[in-house]
Amino acid sequence: MSKATLATIWLDGCSGCHMSLLDMDERLIELSPLFELVYSPLVDAKVFPRNVDVALVEGSVSSDEDEHKIRLIRSRARILVSLGDCAVTGNVPAMRNSFPVDAVLHRAYIENATLQQQVPTERLPVLLKRVRPVHEVVTVDVFVPGCPPSADTIYSVLKELLAGRVPDIAALSRFGI
Amino acid sequence: MGQTITINPITRIEGHAKITLQVDDQGEVSEAYFHTTQLRGFEKFVEGRPYYEMPYLMERICGICPVSHLLASAKACDALLAMKVPPAAGKLRRILELAQLIQSHALSFFYLSSPDLLMGMDAHPKERNIFGVMAKHPELGHGGIRLRQFGQQVIETLAGKRVHPGWVVPGGVNEPLSVEKRDKLLADIPEVIEIAQKALTWFKRELENFREEIRTFANFPSLFMGLVTVDERAGFYEGKIRFTDSLGNIVADKLEAAQYQEYLGEAVEPFTFMKFPYYKPLGYPEGIYRVGPLARLNLVDNCGTPLAQQEWVEFRSLERNAVLSSFHYHYARLVEILFAIEHIQEYLLDPIITKKQARYTASLNNLEGVGCCEAPRGTLIHHYRVDEQGLITWANLIIATGHNNLAMNRGILQAARHFVRSDKLTEGMLNRVEAVIRAFDPCLSCSTHADGHMPLHLRLLSPEGKLLDELRRTS
Repeated sequence: MSKATLATIWLDGCSGCHMSLLDMDERLIELSPLFELVYSPLVDAKVFPRNVDVALVEGSVSSDEDEHKIRLIRSRARILVSLGDCAVTGNVPAMRNSFPVDAVLHRAYIENATLQQQVPTERLPVLLKRVRPVHEVVTVDVFVPGCPPSADTIYSVLKELLAGRVPDIAALSRFGI
Repeated sequence: MGQTITINPITRIEGHAKITLQVDDQGEVSEAYFHTTQLRGFEKFVEGRPYYEMPYLMERICGICPVSHLLASAKACDALLAMKVPPAAGKLRRILELAQLIQSHALSFFYLSSPDLLMGMDAHPKERNIFGVMAKHPELGHGGIRLRQFGQQVIETLAGKRVHPGWVVPGGVNEPLSVEKRDKLLADIPEVIEIAQKALTWFKRELENFREEIRTFANFPSLFMGLVTVDERAGFYEGKIRFTDSLGNIVADKLEAAQYQEYLGEAVEPFTFMKFPYYKPLGYPEGIYRVGPLARLNLVDNCGTPLAQQEWVEFRSLERNAVLSSFHYHYARLVEILFAIEHIQEYLLDPIITKKQARYTASLNNLEGVGCCEAPRGTLIHHYRVDEQGLITWANLIIATGHNNLAMNRGILQAARHFVRSDKLTEGMLNRVEAVIRAFDPCLSCSTHADGHMPLHLRLLSPEGKLLDELRRTS
């Protein structure tokens, strides 16, 4: 039997969901015979490959680059999982939606700077007016709330998905915890 | 105007970034830029929120070092309330900070960088990861997982949760430590000390294989900055700011973190969302300084715990004065892990640690407050202003990784000039440039950014935009 291919991606988040993934500790190694990690911050693959079985997406969609990436990922992944509250609801990154982007940039680079005050733009992505949850941009197959979802939750979700089953998320996690 | 090489993304770092190398007409790398590519806007969007939400909101800046933000924020709130915390709470907060140092350093060293160190910078990219480490050197891999787990378990035991815990509140912590929990934590100490020592022994043997990297990975004179306690130890939770130079001389000492604006400036460059802090008396960019594990071991004359002290002496003997190679951030990280375990043990053995009073209460007394601690990557400063109702009106954050921005940019230029041959790019050359960044262990979600993962696709372009050479790293 060929291994399932797994990818993990981090958009606009804090990496806490990836840390929770690592909090599986030895269970990450225990599960590793079941999957090949083909794309992730933990490995050196630089191109999101085709035919990924399961893609875990942390974070919300905040820039034009995030938007481009999530569309590419959707087109190449069979099951797309919104992992954590930022992916599921926009959560903390979406708090900036109450302010115009210009005001956010002004605070950081004009008001709170002492030299060469300017808004950086060279070779940098453009921030979207509104931070959005993943499912507002592409279709999502599985939602796993939590800030972050616990390691036990991620372990159960992964085990089920890698076995070809859809996990019962309501029994595993809720928002904010 | 010569050619441009782009490395995008840098992998096995905590966050998302890319590098641009500018090549001159002679084919030499002339400029290097480290780009971090997302702004999250915490300094703005906390406006209007009550101050007591800040610790739990601000820790969500970063899932890797949430505890540092939690503590810096709680300390800024303590300042708003004009209060001290009970002695037990102060020590419990310190344990929490050190536990996080262990888990964060273990992540950086074992999960992210040990593949380069174990398999070599030129190893196949497919093997250069934690699973490759498990296959080649299982003891090292299991040890790394266990060290990170230990740090996280201490956090979970004290604060109830591994990532984004509550527990720390303005005025202290909201639950004292029970004797049972303390004993449980103490029981794990000997095992993790042994793991840390074995990792140090292994790493020190490996050093001779990396002489070229040691010589060229951001190896230059600079200032070093960090917190130092009254008893002249590196301060993680408390202390005053010290600057030393590359000869080991103290340049400035006993500076109050709350007065940071007097001696730290922040410059902006157009190519990155990460700002460039500098030491104001020397100006920009001459006021370059480094923070974090390497800086902390350079700042003091005494490590403070018995086993780490031996390692510290050996570490400092690497060079006559300050240790200048940023490759040695890895080494310093391992010494600090050992120090942190020993120090946690000291705190746990102090009878005060299980005292019932762990929180004082007060109402708002100041309209401005600064909180500072040493995050795993360096000095972290939270600065808030509130209105009479306690609602935030303004915030400024100086994040550990940001302090190293000038040094990281200069460091990738140094390594790229040494390793990169623009007429014939190889994957290993570029991995070394990325590895300079890994040595600094930047936390880019912290420093307001998170780019994503674009394909690594190097294109060498002529001044007219003609494609001269191309390299794709697929898997």
